[in-house]
Amino acid sequence: MSELLQFLFSGVTVGAVYALVALGFTIIYNASDVVNFAQGEFVMLGGMITFAAHAAGLPLPLAAISAIVLTAALGVAMNKLAIEPARGAPVVSLIIITIGASIFIQGAAQIAFGKQIHSYPAFSGDTPIRVAGATILPQSLWVIGGAVAVFIALWLFFTRTLLGRAVLATSNNRLAAQLVGINTNFVMTLSFALSAGIGALAGVLATPITLTAYNVGIAFALKGFAGAMLGGMGNPKGALVGGFAIGLIEALTAGYLSSTYKDAAAFVVILAVLFFMPQGLFGRKSTDRV
Amino acid sequence: MKISAKSATLLVLVVLVALSPLLFPSNFYYRVGALIFVNAIAVTGIVILTGYAGQVSLGHAGFAGIGAYACALAPVHWGIHPGLALFLGAGISGVLAYLVGRPILRLHGYYLGVATLGFGILVAMILTNERGLTRGPDGIDVPDLGLRALLGELGLSLSNGQFWYFFTGLCMILGAWIALNLHDSPTGRALRALHGSEVAARTVGIDVAQLKLRAFVISAVYASISGSLLALQNRFVTPDVAGFMHSIEMVTMAVLGGVGSVLGAIFGAAILTLLPQVLTVFAEYEHMVLGLVMILVMIFLREGLLPSILKKLRGKDE
Amino acid sequence: MSALLSIEGLGIGFGGIRAVNDVSFSVRPGEILSVIGPNGAGKTTLFNMISGVYRPDTGRVVLDGEDVTAIEPHLLARRGLSRTFQNLQIFQSMTVLDNAVAGYHLRESGSVLADLFSLPASRRRAREAREGARALLARVGLDRAAEREAGNLSYGALKRLEIARALALNPKVLLLDEPAAGCNAVETEEIDQLIAEVARSGVAILLVEHDMKMVMRISNHIVVLDHGEKIAEGDPATVSQNPAVIAAYLGSEEAAHADG
Repeated sequence: MSELLQFLFSGVTVGAVYALVALGFTIIYNASDVVNFAQGEFVMLGGMITFAAHAAGLPLPLAAISAIVLTAALGVAMNKLAIEPARGAPVVSLIIITIGASIFIQGAAQIAFGKQIHSYPAFSGDTPIRVAGATILPQSLWVIGGAVAVFIALWLFFTRTLLGRAVLATSNNRLAAQLVGINTNFVMTLSFALSAGIGALAGVLATPITLTAYNVGIAFALKGFAGAMLGGMGNPKGALVGGFAIGLIEALTAGYLSSTYKDAAAFVVILAVLFFMPQGLFGRKSTDRV
Repeated sequence: MKISAKSATLLVLVVLVALSPLLFPSNFYYRVGALIFVNAIAVTGIVILTGYAGQVSLGHAGFAGIGAYACALAPVHWGIHPGLALFLGAGISGVLAYLVGRPILRLHGYYLGVATLGFGILVAMILTNERGLTRGPDGIDVPDLGLRALLGELGLSLSNGQFWYFFTGLCMILGAWIALNLHDSPTGRALRALHGSEVAARTVGIDVAQLKLRAFVISAVYASISGSLLALQNRFVTPDVAGFMHSIEMVTMAVLGGVGSVLGAIFGAAILTLLPQVLTVFAEYEHMVLGLVMILVMIFLREGLLPSILKKLRGKDE
Repeated sequence: MSALLSIEGLGIGFGGIRAVNDVSFSVRPGEILSVIGPNGAGKTTLFNMISGVYRPDTGRVVLDGEDVTAIEPHLLARRGLSRTFQNLQIFQSMTVLDNAVAGYHLRESGSVLADLFSLPASRRRAREAREGARALLARVGLDRAAEREAGNLSYGALKRLEIARALALNPKVLLLDEPAAGCNAVETEEIDQLIAEVARSGVAILLVEHDMKMVMRISNHIVVLDHGEKIAEGDPATVSQNPAVIAAYLGSEEAAHADG
């Protein structure tokens, strides 16, 4: 029993990270129909920049904030330099552009931070907390709390603020939003900033546990995407639930089946979703307009 | 100007393969040439999938891995001749592509990208972790194809480099011929039609999902054969052949040269294969260069390098 | 003669709004039936249900005695139903000839292996389709543009190309969604004649068109929709005198056309 609880703890921790990545996917997808394959790189950058800033002498909280701000700025730059110029391009081109951005960021990180694995101290020490025979790291609570906080903040933003409603309107109908005077370009910029910032936050919180290296982004992207698809593309609640579900599936796979193939769990989920319920848990069926 | 585009492309390829050796400063370049041809075969498959049918795969190296390890393992474990193992690998790749592609190709474009990304990573993971079978990350030896010795007995003696240069060159031309046949055929026209407008393609009776699946399977077979030839030529293979970066290289080569044109894509394969040989610093910046090429080409030269150059030249003629 | 295509109580709603409600009518071979109505009356939605793009909530579509409700568009094409689109769906980067040849897909497609290795069977099928397509292009007056890239044609020419492509299927029923929209008087006249000629060859034609003069001139039968409901039906003379139809059009710019 305590063994199962232990697996659940670690599942919820990584699940929180995947949920944040899935949320990032969802924000950009809703604003622009772009599936951003570079989403995982934001997680990597969050951890990497915090590490570098901390190593350069910045206090950890300041290092973390600078990582989030810098990554959000990079998200905006990516939108301006790579996505906006290709507006109206076919899906194929957009996939190639975002995967290109992903590889480019990886390459730059490899040169800037080297090929080593990096980390920094946990925020509240490394003393495990005992719960019913299992243990959980204080940092895990940071990660889970971060995901929940982000979700609540986003929910408030999208339902209670004018700007948030503008973003939602744009995702429903871009042309109509333009007609009622919403600056859709600004909405796109905001979506990339938010999405990159959220990804970076995930990296900042998770790195003391998961460690980071220049090439970890793709795996995060794949799993976050699996979460978003499981929940139903475009649905924020689905992204959150899906992300946590992928984390749990992965932890249980590692615990009871094979730790070598825990990474395969996400892929199996993707295929299963595609086979049996392409709309995901909370998704709606889409119709092409003619 | 009576010559068809298909004949012109094949003629250019034959002349290039036959005459390039006259310019080689050393035997080393036979090896580089063979490497270009092997990549060109995989990239020709990408032209069929992405250029004709408008679908993206981010895991085609997975099929190359299957082709490569089929040639390494089947001869040892089942006593199959390495040459036949190439066809076995191609068959397995085709069947897997069918199984993976069937549910996905009914859905929106990016689903194939995600699913293939996962598929490629899974194949690389299996090849790395199943040490008992594949010897893991350190790689495994591949038996000799035996064709060079056979040719030697028949009185045609070639150095190892020369043999692989001409053999892979021939395979590449054969692959290009098939891809060009497809382009002008009823199936190819239907693929290009669904690329243009899926809605319209359906109304003329094209089974869109099934045709995309065919393109995906055909292109998987190309990748598999490319992987097999790489393994047979090197007599050695590591799981890197199935790695994510190899998938990305394939897409970038095709996109750079011109994903809608067989000759263009082969041109792209040549550039990106030569670059690391010429520029040794390239290795360090490889990721950045590949990423940048993908973005820039998609924004500024969506048709790719070669078609854009040809258009410019033709524009000047008129 | 019995009906070739019957629409029986067809209806669909989007998010609580009934876009089309309980519409029925039927078309016989060689007949030109026009569906008219003010903007937003549900004409294109109706077409999309008949051609399998949308799945109706209620009702049936019967083609040649078989229930074909909501079957996929490519299967409908196989059973002899072909269509054009309000907002052109042309294969832009292919040549005009290739666009027309694409319409021969059902008749020219065969084994993929034959295609890959360019076997004689594959080449013969492609050649036959090309010859047929050339003849069709001549019929719609586009034979001289055959080798041009379709994206470079004028709007009216693209409209005719789309009809040629639909005819290549050798359809029993042809759905035309605003074939004359955006065309000048001469082009409209050409399309007019083309439609009449196709109907004479025994094809049942279902037409959505805003140009009332054209509708009144060529239709055998007219169905009027308003707010998704059928409000009138009959020959052009009857329909144009119907008070409900005049009321539906009153205030909209089509009123002038309907009276004239």
